[in-house]
Amino acid sequence: MIDKTQPAAPLAADAQTGPGKKRRGIAIQREIVVLLAAIVFNLIFTDHFWSLQTFNVNLTQVVTIVIVGIGMTLVVATGGIDLSVGASMAIAGALAPMLFMNIEGPLGIVLAFTLPVLAAALCGVFNGLLVTRLRVQPIVATLVLFIAGRGIAQVVTDGSLQAFNNPTFQWIALGKVAGVPFQILLMLALVAVFTWIVRKTLFGKYLLITGGNEEAAYLSGIPTARVKLIAYSACAALAGLAGLISISVNSSSDANVVGLGVELDAIAAVAVGGTALTGGKAYVAGTLIGALIIQLLRYTLLAHGIPDAAALVLKAAIIIGAVYVQRRRGS
Amino acid sequence: MKKNLPILIALAALLVLGVVRYEHFASAYNGTSFWRYISMFALISIGMAFVIITGGIDLSVGAVAALASVVSALASPYGGVAGVLAGAFAGLAVGALNGLVITHMRILPFIVTLATSLGAHGLALLLGHNDAVAISSDTSFAAFGQGDLFGLPIPGIVSLVAALLGWVALRSSRFGRHALAIGGSEEASRLMGLNVDRTLVAVYAVSGLLAGIAGAILAAQFGAGQPNEGVGWELFAISAVVLGGTRLTGGEGSIAMTIAGVALLGLVFNLLNFENGLGYISLSAYWQSVIRGLFLLLVIVLQARVLNRRAAPAKLTH
Repeated sequence: MIDKTQPAAPLAADAQTGPGKKRRGIAIQREIVVLLAAIVFNLIFTDHFWSLQTFNVNLTQVVTIVIVGIGMTLVVATGGIDLSVGASMAIAGALAPMLFMNIEGPLGIVLAFTLPVLAAALCGVFNGLLVTRLRVQPIVATLVLFIAGRGIAQVVTDGSLQAFNNPTFQWIALGKVAGVPFQILLMLALVAVFTWIVRKTLFGKYLLITGGNEEAAYLSGIPTARVKLIAYSACAALAGLAGLISISVNSSSDANVVGLGVELDAIAAVAVGGTALTGGKAYVAGTLIGALIIQLLRYTLLAHGIPDAAALVLKAAIIIGAVYVQRRRGS
Repeated sequence: MKKNLPILIALAALLVLGVVRYEHFASAYNGTSFWRYISMFALISIGMAFVIITGGIDLSVGAVAALASVVSALASPYGGVAGVLAGAFAGLAVGALNGLVITHMRILPFIVTLATSLGAHGLALLLGHNDAVAISSDTSFAAFGQGDLFGLPIPGIVSLVAALLGWVALRSSRFGRHALAIGGSEEASRLMGLNVDRTLVAVYAVSGLLAGIAGAILAAQFGAGQPNEGVGWELFAISAVVLGGTRLTGGEGSIAMTIAGVALLGLVFNLLNFENGLGYISLSAYWQSVIRGLFLLLVIVLQARVLNRRAAPAKLTH
């Protein structure tokens, strides 16, 4: 169903050359215009919108979604999907407090940042192997960890909440640089790095060609299996990092809650950000903009006294509207 | 047939384990309460099977069931039948909307149903004012979830009827044949002159309708409409369909095997309850999802081996 309708291969190949770059610029422009329109609307109609606090509130709300979304963009670019990111977040979030609460000093902190992300990356390797070696469909392959992963985190913690107060570890979320929370800077840095990876590196080229037409990519000597494996691993590792930020914000880790439903938010951000779920394209900056559009809309409704539940209904309309506009542009 | 063996063996093994190990496992009481418990999941899984057969997916069934449970609860003061019909209609409406958006706007089912699941959840919260809605105790509505007919649980009978209808429809009706053909190749079906759009709208409407009935059962069984219930139901249904040997690429599928998948996932929960009841070990409820995931993994690995071996000569081996 997914790859029958669009001849994505020539487009992906074009994207590497001169005219393709131009098209890519246009592709994100529309999303930027929508975002700017939402900002202008708020500047006129929402009181106290132009403040550092509003900026910080809205951006901190999207940090975990965007970081997960970056990885999701890579996986979607290969024509896949990762439903297990929430579970990866929960696993990383469950492991970190066990490390820094039981191991004293800097070693505990270092381990708490590295081992959980590694554990999450292993989840990604598992997903990637199912997809590449056994050729299981991505939805089904990642469904396994979607179901079992959170269970693993719950079994490890016995389902109980781990509360903590560790300023050193929590600096990743609560620290500020020049009035801007560190987590926002980290998110922006990651967006920049992965935009560069997708647009400028060999891996990025391989990624887009693999998603555009895997058969052709394989025949032209691209290690498609390795490319996909890396995409799934990076996605899960980023989800693990998002899990660490999530527990730091809350000063507690609850395996039942960390990352719950994030896969849908991330996929929505990717779709609104202009990356087609058919594969062959990856707009990492678009994902950031997509997440911001959705968040800003929610903020606007809340600021004008419309309940959060109504915002959900509108979010549904926005996702469909955004994808509809992109689809028309594509054809 | 060969690819169905793993799940049937797993199912048989679990049943034998249950009968041998636990005294009351093979009792009428456990049978009927198990049947009552899995009926909601059976309903949404039947709808999901039809959707997947056409090559699509329906991520909205969980939220639709939640919405329908709230609508049912709100309508229950007007009579038991009104409550059930209201829930079923709410599900049907969202399902038809899914189908219309997918066919007329040509957007991937994954995205459309993801969006409507958010919308349905929001609507359920709005209707329920962010809280559970108690059902009326003056009418017979509660019987739809809790009652018995000829000693059999009513939700169980509803799911059995749905399964039989689905089984017959898929095997022998024009609707079922068209659904299979569309899943095989939408383009070819269109060129052959099948009304692809109408069939697709019908398939998503059926999925919504069944989710709506499941929502009515949910409200009746627990005495309240639950706007926040249904999270993850869509993935339960997808796992059941996959366990039943249906590939997500569409064009094939079986209602009977889907029910076997539902039974397998449900049995894991049932057996864990019995094991905990024995008192030797205390496996927390969290193990349930780990074990379900392992079963899913086991089955898809075995299926992949069978399918890849069959497809190997024709396809690239990488």
